Amino acid sequence: MTTAVSGTGPPRPARPGPFRRLRRSFDAYWYAWAMVLPVVVVLAVLVGYPLGRGIFLSFTDANEANVARTIGVNHIPATYEFVGLDNYWKVLSGQEGHFYGRLAWTVVWTGSCVFFHYTIGLGLALLLNRRMRFRGLYRVLLILPWAVPAFVATFSWRLMFNEKYGVLNAVLDRFGVGAVDWLGDGPLQKMSAVAVNVWLGVPFMMVAILGGLQAIPSELHEAAEMDGATPWQRFRHVTLPGLRPVSRTVILLGVIWTFNMFQVIYLLIGQGASSESEILVTYSYRLAFQGVRDYAGSATYGILILSLLLVFAVFYRRLLTRQEAAR
Amino acid sequence: MSARPGGRAVRAQAPRTVRARGARSRGASVALHATLIAAALIAAFPVLFVVFVSLRGRDGWQEPTRFVGFTLANYGHVLAHTEFVVWFGNSVLVALGATALGVLVAASAGYAVSRLRFPGHRPLMWTFLVVQMFPMAVLIVPLYNILGTLGLLDSYPGLIVTYCSISVPFCAWMLKGYFDTIPVEIDEAGRVDGLTPFGSFWRLIVPLARPGLAVTAFYSFITAWGEVAFATQFMSSERRYTLAVGLQTFVGQQKAEWGLMTAAAVLITVPAGFVFFLAQRHLVAGLTAGGTKG
Repeated sequence: MTTAVSGTGPPRPARPGPFRRLRRSFDAYWYAWAMVLPVVVVLAVLVGYPLGRGIFLSFTDANEANVARTIGVNHIPATYEFVGLDNYWKVLSGQEGHFYGRLAWTVVWTGSCVFFHYTIGLGLALLLNRRMRFRGLYRVLLILPWAVPAFVATFSWRLMFNEKYGVLNAVLDRFGVGAVDWLGDGPLQKMSAVAVNVWLGVPFMMVAILGGLQAIPSELHEAAEMDGATPWQRFRHVTLPGLRPVSRTVILLGVIWTFNMFQVIYLLIGQGASSESEILVTYSYRLAFQGVRDYAGSATYGILILSLLLVFAVFYRRLLTRQEAAR
Repeated sequence: MSARPGGRAVRAQAPRTVRARGARSRGASVALHATLIAAALIAAFPVLFVVFVSLRGRDGWQEPTRFVGFTLANYGHVLAHTEFVVWFGNSVLVALGATALGVLVAASAGYAVSRLRFPGHRPLMWTFLVVQMFPMAVLIVPLYNILGTLGLLDSYPGLIVTYCSISVPFCAWMLKGYFDTIPVEIDEAGRVDGLTPFGSFWRLIVPLARPGLAVTAFYSFITAWGEVAFATQFMSSERRYTLAVGLQTFVGQQKAEWGLMTAAAVLITVPAGFVFFLAQRHLVAGLTAGGTKG
C-alpha cells in the first residue's frame, strides 16, 4: 500500500505514460479522495453551484416577476434577460442604493467593532491572566454574552433601548436626563448597533487571547524581568509578539464575521424600513426579499461583498508575510 | 485596563519594597477587582435584566425599575397559548440534524486533510477558509431558488442541508487542527496491524478525537440554533418556524409583547447556554489550533 502518511510523501518514480500515471495516482490516493468526497459534494452543491448561479443572476435582470415559477399546475418559464455588466455599473456608479455611503459605513462598522473587540478583549484577558480570588467567577460572568444566542441578545438590547419604557432611559431619568431615542435614525442608532455587537463579540476575543497568553512560556517573562524590563516593555516586547499567531487569526475571523454580521443590524434596527445604518449584507438581503424581489440586484451586492472580503484577505496575508520577512 | 497604570504608580512610589513574583500592592488589587467587577456587571446585566422582566407579568416591562408584581404568568402563557413548544421542537430537530450530518462529513474530510497528502490538498484547505468569507447574501437567493425547485422550501431537510453548508467548512478546519495534535505513530501502528487508512480513522482516531468532535458538534449546534436569515425566508408556515423566526413574531410592527418575548428568550437561552458552557473551553483551543497551523 502506498498511501502516504504525512511527512513521507508519495513516491516519485520515473515518468511513465499518462494513463499509467493516472492509474497509479488513483491507486495511491483513492482513500484520501473517498474521504474528502462528501465534503466536496456538500460544498459543490450548496456553495459552488449557488455561487455560480449568483454570479449568473448578477448579469441578468431577474426579479420576482420574471423568474421561472409554478403557480398551481401551470409552470411559467423564466423571461429575464442577460444584461451584462449593467447591474455592476448601476451599483458602482452610485445610481442605485447609495453603494459608497453604505460601503463607508460598513467599513466603519467593521473597523470600530473589531477594534473594540480586540482592545477590550486584550485588556480583560490581561487582567484575567493573573492569580487572584474569584477568577473563575469573573471568567464565567465575562463570557456570559457569548453563551446567549445573538438573536436573543439583540432583542434584549432592543428592549433596553426602548425609548419610552427602556431601562437605559429610566436610569437616565433618575439623573434628570431626558429620554434618548437610542434606536432612532442617525448616528446614535449606529452607535447603539456597535455597542450591541461589541457586547456580543468581546468574550470570544477575550477567551482566544487568554489562551494565547497562557501559551507564552513564563521563562520569557522571567528573563525579561531579570534584564530589568518595565511592565510596559514586557508587554510590548514579550506579550504582544507572543500573541501574534492568535491575534492574526482572530482579527481575520473578526473582520469577516463582522463584515457579514446580519442578525444584529437586521433585528435591532427593524426589518421593515430602510435605514442609513444598514450594512451591505442586510441591504442585499432586503433587496432580495422585500417589495418586488430584486434577485439580480441582491446577487450583485453579494458578489461585490465577497470580492471585497477576498481582496482584504489577500492583502492581509501579504502584509503579514511582509512583516515576517522584515523581521 | 485601568489596573495597569494604577499598579505601576504604586510600584514607582515604593520601589524598595520586596515583593514576591506576581504579588500586587493593595491599590493594584483594588483597581484590578474594581475593573473586573465593572466589566462583569456590563456583561451580565442584559441577561439578568431579561430574566427580571420575564418574571414581571405581561406589562411589567413598562416599569423596568420597579421591583413588584413577580409572577410566572409570562412563562405559562408562552408555553400554553403560543406555538413556542412547536418552534422549540423544530429548532431542536433542525439543529441536531445539522450537527449529526455536519460533524460526520467534516470529520472524514478533516482527517484526510490532516494525515494524507494528495493532489487537491491545498486547494481544499483554501476552500475551507474562503467559504467562511461567503456572505449569506450571495448564497441565499440561489439556494432559495434551488430549494424551491426541489420542493424543499418550508421543510426540515432543506434547512438542515443549508446549515451544513455554513458549519462544515469551519468544522473541517477545526478538526484538522485537532487531528494534527494526535501523534501519527498511532495511525502507523494501526497500519502495521493491517488496518486500512479508513479503518485507522474510524477505529483509532475517532475515539481519541472525541473532545474535538464534541466541540465541533457544539459549534454546529449553536450555529444552527441561532441562525436567523435562512430560517426567516425558508420556513414560511407557522408550524415550521424555528425559534429565531418565532421570537420575531412576539415583537412585530403592530404589537410588542415584550413580556412574552423575555420569557421565551430565557427558555431559549437556557439550553443553548448549558451546551455552550460545556464546550467553550475547548472551542477556542480547537479554533486557534486550526488557524495557527493552517
